[in-house]
Amino acid sequence: MADGRKQEFAVVGKSVPRVDGPPKVTGTPIYTVDMERPGMLHAAILRSTVPHGRIRRVDKSRAEQAEGVVLVVTGEDLKTMPGIDPYFGPAFRDQAILAIDKVRYIGDPIAAVVATRRELAYEALDLIDVEYEELPPVLDPVEAARPGSPLVHEQLRPAKAFADLAEIEPGKATNVCYHFKLRRGDVEQGFAQSAHVFEDWYYSPPAQHMMMEPHAALAWVDSDGVLTVITGSQSPSYVKGSLGAIFGLPQNKVRVMVPLVGGAYGGKLYDKLEPLASLLTFMARRPVKIQLTREEVFITITKHGVVSHVRTGVSQDGKILARKVEVYWDTGAYADIAPRVVHKSGYTSAGAYRVPNIWIDSYCVYTNKPPAGAFRGFGVPQVVWALESQMDMIAEKLGRDPLQFRLENVLLEGDLFATGTPVHSAGLKESLEAVAREIKWEPGVRKAVKPGTKSGVARAKGVACGIKAVITPSISGAIVVMNNDASVNVLTSTVEMGQGSDTALSQIAAEELGVRLQDVRVMHPDTAVTPYDTITAGSRSTYHMGNAIRLAAQEVKRQLFETASDRLEVDPDQLVARDGRIFVAEAPTRGLPIPEVFQARFGARGATLQGQAVFKTYAAPMDHETGQSEKVTEYWFPGATAAEVEVDLETGKVRVVKLVEACDVGRAINPHHCEQQIIGSALISLGQTLFEQMILENGELLNPTLLDYKVLTLKDVPESAVPIVIEVPHKDGPFGAKGVGETGTLSVSAAIGNAVYRATGVRVKELPITPEKVLRGLRAGQ
Amino acid sequence: MEAMERQIRLTVNGQEHELTIRDNTLLLWLLRDDLKLVGTREGCGTGVCGACTVLLDGRPVNSCLTLAAQAAGHHVTTIEGLATNGRLHPVQEAYIEERGFQCAFCTSGFIMMTKALLDEIPNPSEEEVREYLSENICRCAGYPDILRAVQNASRKLAARGR
Repeated sequence: MADGRKQEFAVVGKSVPRVDGPPKVTGTPIYTVDMERPGMLHAAILRSTVPHGRIRRVDKSRAEQAEGVVLVVTGEDLKTMPGIDPYFGPAFRDQAILAIDKVRYIGDPIAAVVATRRELAYEALDLIDVEYEELPPVLDPVEAARPGSPLVHEQLRPAKAFADLAEIEPGKATNVCYHFKLRRGDVEQGFAQSAHVFEDWYYSPPAQHMMMEPHAALAWVDSDGVLTVITGSQSPSYVKGSLGAIFGLPQNKVRVMVPLVGGAYGGKLYDKLEPLASLLTFMARRPVKIQLTREEVFITITKHGVVSHVRTGVSQDGKILARKVEVYWDTGAYADIAPRVVHKSGYTSAGAYRVPNIWIDSYCVYTNKPPAGAFRGFGVPQVVWALESQMDMIAEKLGRDPLQFRLENVLLEGDLFATGTPVHSAGLKESLEAVAREIKWEPGVRKAVKPGTKSGVARAKGVACGIKAVITPSISGAIVVMNNDASVNVLTSTVEMGQGSDTALSQIAAEELGVRLQDVRVMHPDTAVTPYDTITAGSRSTYHMGNAIRLAAQEVKRQLFETASDRLEVDPDQLVARDGRIFVAEAPTRGLPIPEVFQARFGARGATLQGQAVFKTYAAPMDHETGQSEKVTEYWFPGATAAEVEVDLETGKVRVVKLVEACDVGRAINPHHCEQQIIGSALISLGQTLFEQMILENGELLNPTLLDYKVLTLKDVPESAVPIVIEVPHKDGPFGAKGVGETGTLSVSAAIGNAVYRATGVRVKELPITPEKVLRGLRAGQ
Repeated sequence: MEAMERQIRLTVNGQEHELTIRDNTLLLWLLRDDLKLVGTREGCGTGVCGACTVLLDGRPVNSCLTLAAQAAGHHVTTIEGLATNGRLHPVQEAYIEERGFQCAFCTSGFIMMTKALLDEIPNPSEEEVREYLSENICRCAGYPDILRAVQNASRKLAARGR
């Protein structure tokens, strides 16, 4: 399947309409927040008001007497509950269901109230009294990483929940919970040989996923004693395992179901509300639902604030000779999945270029702030912001065109990545060339406004590129069930959260089985029946679940061919499945409709054929000291951005006039949906470039509502926003496909920052690029 | 702490209802919790995201900022009230055709806002669409498709003579 483009497909590669369209425009109840159970109670969470402190006393007696309140639980209660291990977390089991002894950020859950109505539960929170002994907070990740800093966690327990995190061990008596190292070549010698050395600090602030559907979970124990949880989670298989570990339950007594999810972007992974909802339903012996308010969502999980130091040496003729990168990841009070963020963004921290000498230190640091975890792009956009800003500074110094400078250094097929891994199917050059064409790139060095210009607008274009690797190893299982009328149920734990997986996976199943798209139904995760899947995240579902479904469908097809070959008296390998029929490839009229094959095989109404497959990827072990690995990832997804901006010289306000984003998707299963992913993620990144940031003071979030935290609306969308699908097929991808959910996030900020510089001569190194910063830069230049 | 209760009458999607509510009950809660019309979504609770948009006597309001009592005696239209006789409203059809949604949690609000816009300005300019719909947030950022869906809906309604 090296090059799918030469083949003719019936369903794959076509922009078929979304299979989940009708319920989504009619208001049908489809999300976790819409779910109810008879006798259901509602819970609300009391949260810490101090960033760091010991809990001296929690008095819940008044709340217990309040109207509608059924029970109130605190961390103190957890200590004495038999059979419960109240700690969770995908990397370290560092977070308790409710804070035990100590609080670590403003917002840390301390107690939960269960009541008959949601508003009564929230009202009763005011009746709980908490006494703290305040401890000095650590708020700056660079300071927190220094020896002697106050400790957020006194000890850490690795969770051992994922193969790629199996070897993570925490340091002792430090806030650095993970340190990623990469060493390649001799970086000091590289700098010594360089004609120019560049050294800069960059900053990318914490930001909010702001998924429209808030976190919610509904839990109950069914009559067989099965803990059942409906949750808008991106990782139902993980949640099943985690709840089993917390409550000491066999895995077949935990059932996690995920309906359609109202947006996630990385913010609904791993344990969120599921452990607390489960605890409360065990205690209340009735169904319990928790749904966060928007203010609570803001402090539940965030995008990492990142401080990067980048040092790059180049030769006079424009070769990158050495790069040393130091990155501090502010992961807040709990690690969540941050060690994986730091690991994966760590090894891409030398960028998308050929660099012989590399030294990377990437630190994951606890602070007394809201936890940070996965966010669409998984840390790579923060690093690319730094690297790609500096690329333009280097190009300028060398008197080179920034696009040309990139094209000369960018990784090509077979080149070695920083990890020593050969690069395959990485259309970086293709992506850069595509965006340059679309934006009508004018080669040359920058054309800044004349110093002293105080009014009017300055216009310019900027470019940048980035590359990200898919999580490896990982696992996707699928079961394909064909019914005797040729309709199909696909059992998968992939979560439809808007990305269009129901449609793309249906296309893959339909293509492989030779049935119509409308014959396929992708079932939503229900861990009682759908097989294990690592996560729906990291741009991995089309490739991994697509492959699993393809293999499972092939097993169904094998059985169909077995029966058909008897009937048609030909070898099975002469048969094909297409248009709902099994027929002889060389003689298409010799064939049977699928229902007749079923009739021949079973002679029973309602009969089914099943195929199952587990698709698992492998990585070569990475050397801990050098970060070197022959195969660090299953595939790469590169992208490039070109932006044209207009800067108001009087106010400093930046307007993006045109945004072009090109991403290498391997092969587009559904081109229109790929375009949606590409431009959607690019536009969200545009918002994060120009205005989004969580502003914290002494650990307190000052803008925890949408009134104060500005996000992108239709008014902010550039007049022209162009997605470009690049197809460099992957040899092992389903029909050549890779993934595309995050690619559009990687290089947008840097492209805009570079355009602003080329327009004004103002180099902003701290996101977001606010009018204030641009204006200050303009004034300083005058 | 205990809120006062009162009885109200209102018409929702053409059907009259008489309900006992707490004074602090929001129209959003009345629709979702009491009438089980959960197509109206709660995104922010502060009237910024637009996911809870419904029509009150034909005008768009944030149901999360509207007290249920304020709707007493009035006509409320929700996403569930748009289709007639099992047939989708042209605005709904346009959103499907243009794929003006991804996760779709914002979609009910966008569709109600689009209906209000096209009732007010049948043939809006792109600028007018951007301005009018800037009260709604789509975090998947499917804005280019939404823009096309509004233009498509405008053409559909014109073709049907509204």
